[in-house]
Amino acid sequence: MIKGIVIVLLIILLASVFAPVLSSHGPEEVNLDELKQPPSLHHPLGTDNKGRDILSRVLYGGRISLSVALVAAVVSMSIGLLVGLVSGYAGGKTDTFVMLIVDFILAFPSLLLAIGISVILPPGIYTVMIAIASVGWASFARLVRGHVLSSREAPFVEAARAIGCSSWRILFVHLLPQCVPLVIVMMGLKLGGYILTEASLSFLGLGAQPPMPSWGSMVSANRIFIMAAPWMVIFPGLAIAVTALCFNMLGDGLRDRYGLEIKG
Amino acid sequence: MVTFSLTKALPGDPALSMVGERASPEVIESIRRELNTDKSFLVQYMGYVKLLLKGEFGRSYYSNRKVSEDIAAKFPNTLLLALGAMLIAVPAGLLLGFLCAVKRGTVIDRGISSLSVIGLSLPVFWSGLLIMLFFSLKMKILPPSGMGDIRFLVMPSLTLALPALATLTRISRTTLIDLFGMPYVRTARAKGLTERRVKFIHVLKNALIPLVTVIGLDFGSYLNGAVLTETIFGWDGIGRFAMEGIIKRDYPVIMGCIIVGTTVYVLINLVVDIIYHYLDPRVRLYAGND
Repeated sequence: MIKGIVIVLLIILLASVFAPVLSSHGPEEVNLDELKQPPSLHHPLGTDNKGRDILSRVLYGGRISLSVALVAAVVSMSIGLLVGLVSGYAGGKTDTFVMLIVDFILAFPSLLLAIGISVILPPGIYTVMIAIASVGWASFARLVRGHVLSSREAPFVEAARAIGCSSWRILFVHLLPQCVPLVIVMMGLKLGGYILTEASLSFLGLGAQPPMPSWGSMVSANRIFIMAAPWMVIFPGLAIAVTALCFNMLGDGLRDRYGLEIKG
Repeated sequence: MVTFSLTKALPGDPALSMVGERASPEVIESIRRELNTDKSFLVQYMGYVKLLLKGEFGRSYYSNRKVSEDIAAKFPNTLLLALGAMLIAVPAGLLLGFLCAVKRGTVIDRGISSLSVIGLSLPVFWSGLLIMLFFSLKMKILPPSGMGDIRFLVMPSLTLALPALATLTRISRTTLIDLFGMPYVRTARAKGLTERRVKFIHVLKNALIPLVTVIGLDFGSYLNGAVLTETIFGWDGIGRFAMEGIIKRDYPVIMGCIIVGTTVYVLINLVVDIIYHYLDPRVRLYAGND
């Protein structure tokens, strides 16, 4: 099951990476002779209102959607891991304070918070990454902190302390590797959501700016043509849905396989 | 904790009030002065907090109408939409979750579980468009967008309900499966109660407690989804209002909507906490021990 999903994800990833090789047309190549063409051999997913090839745009759009979600996930994970480790190990007031911030962030509707952040900064893909990561790190921090808290008094930590390891060494050499599987599973669980958040922010016009294609902005720009040319909306949306679905299933699968109790 | 979030949520992110500075670079200085954006950041922020304390969000840069009045007029529409979505998501989600838990491991369970993962992965704005395509353009039974009688409510509520329905199905499934393994269920069975009585009366009653939390928290997802759903279906609520604000870079509108949205969300969390307290005696017990 997991193998199958990984293969599908790899295909999606490779298709985006090799978009220039795979696509027959440029993503921003306007062709006024072929406006709103339905799917055909020449344009497998049809063309849009400017005669641009939808397949090429979906392939190029994947680069943006995937890289934004992946970068946001890695940044969230790194910040969350670091904060969670320090907070859980330090305990006391530091821990209380950090967890207060974490609870505060988790208490907000995430998309509204992300919208708020993307409004302050100029729209673009980096803003979306920042918006997702500045909300996302909190759940990683809470997870890692919980784990550190429970293994802080474990015999192997005590042993490390007894032979004179510094706190930093205990944190990064002894405790960090323990948290890695946890955060990787968490990343799998979160990536599907990040894909959707990126798509939503792009849909709202806060993400990648035209003519740069991203899946969310394609659905947004094309939705007025849904009656005349439904393929313009269906395929980019399908790309979002399939990618998000694969990540969600991967996350669920990994969690169940390693018997980890993580709430998505 | 909740009060802290509340007081924090009300004045909004300090940085948010800074956006006024970037809003109108090409607009003449006089307008800037009128909007107070030529003042320092701190002065602007204090001014905004003062406004907020009076229950105001300032005026829209475009319509020059009071944002608070517009929000007050549009909020009931969003509430109606959210309630409509809840009416679909809650009974259906509980039922499907229950079905999965009872028929655990069967084709029914696997089928519904897979559907719920799919439901979680669909972008709201896309599933909304597909629903629109199907019901109003192919079947021609529902109006595509706008406001009016109950027929206009069906598609946006359905769209908004989908992700919540999926979440609720998943959570009620795991909750019920956990509960089926509890010692008290074994006791009930050992007493010779019928399987139906055990499942429907004993387990379901206990399952309601965690599920109330989920249902309450889902309200947040409705607020998230409302921005997208209302835009697609031309529903005149605060979600669409926020979206229009974003397109026009109308900062008082965006901030007003975000602040109202988060405040409502935090308030709902508070209410859920209180309900939880009453439903589950264990919570009260632990709180007393602290």
